[in-house]
Amino acid sequence: MSWTRSLLPILTVVAAIVAVWYLSAVALNMPWERDQAARAGTEVAFLDRVAGTLAQDRPVLPAPHQVVAEIWKTTAEQKITSKRSLVYHGWITLSATLLGFVFGTALGMLLAVGIVHSRAMDLSIMPWVIASQTIPILALAPMIIVVLNAVGLKGLIPKALISTYLSFFPVVVGMVKGLRSPDRIQLDLMRTWSASGTQTFWKLRWPASTPYLFASLKIAAAASLVGAIVGEMPTGAVAGLGARLLAGSYYGQTIQIWAALFAAAALAAALVALIGLAGRVTLTRMGFGR
Amino acid sequence: MSQAADATPAAAPRSVIEARDLCLTFATNDGPVHALSDVDLTIRQGDFVSFIGPSGCGKTTFLRVIADLERPTSGTITVNGMTPEEARRARAYGYVFQAAALYPWRTIAGNIRLPIEIMGFSKPEQEKRIDRVLRLVELDGFGKKYPWQLSGGMQQRASIARALAFDADLLLMDEPFGALDEIVRDHLNEQLLKLWRTTGKTIGFVTHSIPEAVYLSTRIVVMSPRPGRIVDVIESPLPLERPLDIRESPEFLAVAHRVREGLRAGHSYD
Repeated sequence: MSWTRSLLPILTVVAAIVAVWYLSAVALNMPWERDQAARAGTEVAFLDRVAGTLAQDRPVLPAPHQVVAEIWKTTAEQKITSKRSLVYHGWITLSATLLGFVFGTALGMLLAVGIVHSRAMDLSIMPWVIASQTIPILALAPMIIVVLNAVGLKGLIPKALISTYLSFFPVVVGMVKGLRSPDRIQLDLMRTWSASGTQTFWKLRWPASTPYLFASLKIAAAASLVGAIVGEMPTGAVAGLGARLLAGSYYGQTIQIWAALFAAAALAAALVALIGLAGRVTLTRMGFGR
Repeated sequence: MSQAADATPAAAPRSVIEARDLCLTFATNDGPVHALSDVDLTIRQGDFVSFIGPSGCGKTTFLRVIADLERPTSGTITVNGMTPEEARRARAYGYVFQAAALYPWRTIAGNIRLPIEIMGFSKPEQEKRIDRVLRLVELDGFGKKYPWQLSGGMQQRASIARALAFDADLLLMDEPFGALDEIVRDHLNEQLLKLWRTTGKTIGFVTHSIPEAVYLSTRIVVMSPRPGRIVDVIESPLPLERPLDIRESPEFLAVAHRVREGLRAGHSYD
């Protein structure tokens, strides 16, 4: 009952998006069809022209079924070790994403703990944390790749570091808020029991920050994926979803670009859903559930 | 009852809290605020002392000074003959705030365990104490529940149990029933009196309800604001055994009248 009720609006929106997409594909790809017909000096019936717009090799906007076919071709019909496999490229990106996410989460937590416990760190580190995110990652990523390459680091680590750079930020902000979430009374109580700083941290601040942590981790995971994709672009487009995007745009393979985009979106959705599930299970087991 | 025997002059109960010329001034952006001014007070063992007065009269501040949550600007105060800080480290008191402040991620038993866990009691000892204080506040059987599964009154009882778990002789309560409705409040007042008589603890109780103060206390300290000071200390003539309908008796009304007079005299309406 509740399933169908929540499914109906979702399906309606999806149907609307698909409809708009098909209409746009027809409209955007039509000029090329018209050119082709004019060049060949033939007259093509309108309906045939419309059918043509949805079956071009390098359309301006590929139709949904073309993207689906491309995804099918590059996942199910390829060995996953093949360089033509989207699964292979997806895994390359995912491994950098996960490593960067772990780094970013650890760094974010460490910084948050420092910021909450030291006024000096609060005043000195926090502005830099915020400033770090105002630099466009597209400008920064090539420099990180080049510098790390010069010291002999290539492949996974440089990409993971770019992911780290993007993903530590939401963790810092969320954890600082979470670690500061216990109110005055709860801190006063700890003091009346003469609790040590360590006890106050592990028994009060840390558990109190858990809901904030999971909210931050969702954002961090998505940011981490963006970081990994951006990190794959300046490496000469060897492997990964970023490389597929770049190669696709070099050669006008719009269908390939869209397929890679959808793969990235699916990856991000899966990561966020997984963290959401882990968060729900953890919070329910901790007793936050209501 | 042994309490009745202790109350006779022959027993001469020792003093738990002694405050002399206690002053506390907060520096704020609007200039200094005199939260406490020349407060002299002795609280004897087994006393149930209520502090009553309008907001800003320093009643909560005085309780916080006893608990070493605020430092006095001048004057002296001892708790069990020690400084408040020494007394805090010796776990001399349990503190109950207006909000129950239970940890949502801990069960009721887990919340009560918190202070005794911090203080390093052994596991079996913890269990024994949790059982005992849960019975004391009549919450036996609720140990495995989470705070949100309990009513506000039950949550506050759990927070009292938490304050009782480590055997402090002194219980400091800052408007513990202030956020509850009157029916629950009556019930909890009755329960608290019973608990006080069976445990023989010394209780400092902040309230702004005149009936509550008169019903509960052996002594009522009437305070007034700007600067926060004591205007009257009333020894209650009421018997220790107090059914709820004692509040209709002439003695009760006489005490309540004197408290009201004290509040009116001390309150400056400027």
